[in-house]
Amino acid sequence: MELNFDDVTRYGALLIEGSIFTVVVCVAAGLVGLCLAILFAEGQRRAARALRILIRAYVEFIRNTPFIVQLFFIFFGLPSAGVKIDANTAAFLALTLNVSAYFTEIVRGALETTPKGQYEAGAALGLRPRQVFFHVVLRPALAKVWPALVSQFTLVFLGSAAMSQISAEDLTFAGQFIQSRTFRAFEVYIVVTLIYAGLALAIRSLLLLSGGRLFPWLRGAR
Amino acid sequence: MMKRLLALGTAAALALGLAVPAAASQLDDILEKKKITIAVPQDFAPFGSVGPDLQPEGYDIDVAKLIAENMGVEVELVPVSSANRIPYLQTGKVDLVISSMGATPERAKAIWFTAAYAPFFSAAYGADDLAVSSVADLAGKSVGVTRGSVEDIEISRLVSEDADVKRYEDNGTTIAAYLSGQVDVLVTGNVVAAKIAKDMPDAQVSRKFVLRNSPCFIGLKKGDVDLLQWLNVFIMQKKINGELDALAVKWFGETLPDLPTL
Repeated sequence: MELNFDDVTRYGALLIEGSIFTVVVCVAAGLVGLCLAILFAEGQRRAARALRILIRAYVEFIRNTPFIVQLFFIFFGLPSAGVKIDANTAAFLALTLNVSAYFTEIVRGALETTPKGQYEAGAALGLRPRQVFFHVVLRPALAKVWPALVSQFTLVFLGSAAMSQISAEDLTFAGQFIQSRTFRAFEVYIVVTLIYAGLALAIRSLLLLSGGRLFPWLRGAR
Repeated sequence: MMKRLLALGTAAALALGLAVPAAASQLDDILEKKKITIAVPQDFAPFGSVGPDLQPEGYDIDVAKLIAENMGVEVELVPVSSANRIPYLQTGKVDLVISSMGATPERAKAIWFTAAYAPFFSAAYGADDLAVSSVADLAGKSVGVTRGSVEDIEISRLVSEDADVKRYEDNGTTIAAYLSGQVDVLVTGNVVAAKIAKDMPDAQVSRKFVLRNSPCFIGLKKGDVDLLQWLNVFIMQKKINGELDALAVKWFGETLPDLPTL
């Protein structure tokens, strides 16, 4: 068989736009998702009982349903209830809700294994409870689970390909679009696969590296 | 050798041609036998499919019955596939093919076609009060289409940058996007639109403009001008008196667009 990449390179701009969209929407979802996860994880330990049950329900619901169904629910289902969201926003929302549920579990685990003595040590230094939480508890906790968070984020990044199904114009959408115009399925998906692999590896390395910056005391340990 | 064979072939053809009785036309034959045999589709709703009572039903079947009724003869329906419908005609197994068939120069080498009798087109659909009547009006609207379909290729070629074309994986997803209000305009085939209109009576799927028209024609065996003439008069009259429109509304949920004549 003969490979011909001319048709694919002709649509290069589309692939670049798609890649940028994929990265931007995933990173945004990851950041917002992590903030929500910290809130939910701590909430699950301290908030009122009703709120705890609500958070638990959300986490279990998201972790036990397929991402694409969540996406379709937001994009196709919510409009019937009068909430109309465009494809890009729906994709961002679905990714955020999805990643934050998984992050919540990871962060909650990290917080729960924090020894009680650590809180007491913080308090003994005269820090206020909020300072204790952020500096003495949360930061070491995140440091412990950072590789797990990075792994989960990579999974979500790759799973984000599903958003092409609601016409969000991500990297997969670009690939499918070019394929439908050129019929060069093999060439198109070779290129798309390589871009995904390159992006995923780059993001992963970058995040692990930044873990060393965020939690400098770990650098010696590993 | 080649020359001899050719000469022989020509002689045989001449002899056969002379053997055909000159007086009786195929039309006369049908009227005399009081029976017409018509090939219809069996797996292409709403043109032709098998109904719940196991009888064939659809637009093509109704047209076939209407022809028989107007000729004053009985009708025998023969289910065919798109692959065997032309051979059925050529070998005389059927008198007519009414099977959502498009007319092409290639097919016209083998059989004759009448005027167009059925709609088959891609169009833009929208809510009843949506003010869109041409491609230019799509500016500022979101347009849903199935990626890679004929409609996608056509609308992508025609549409300006101002329109927001959303491309979905398959017809089901495209329809879901339209029905849930995610896109203002749906670009699809009239057969698909007919199905939505039938399954979702509350949905507003009204035709705004036709994008690409490739209507269907009745096929008949080459040679009988009488039958061709009768069929063309039949189609013309049924268009004028609205009977074809009524059938179109019954099966496609919308009136006929302009159909070309031959």
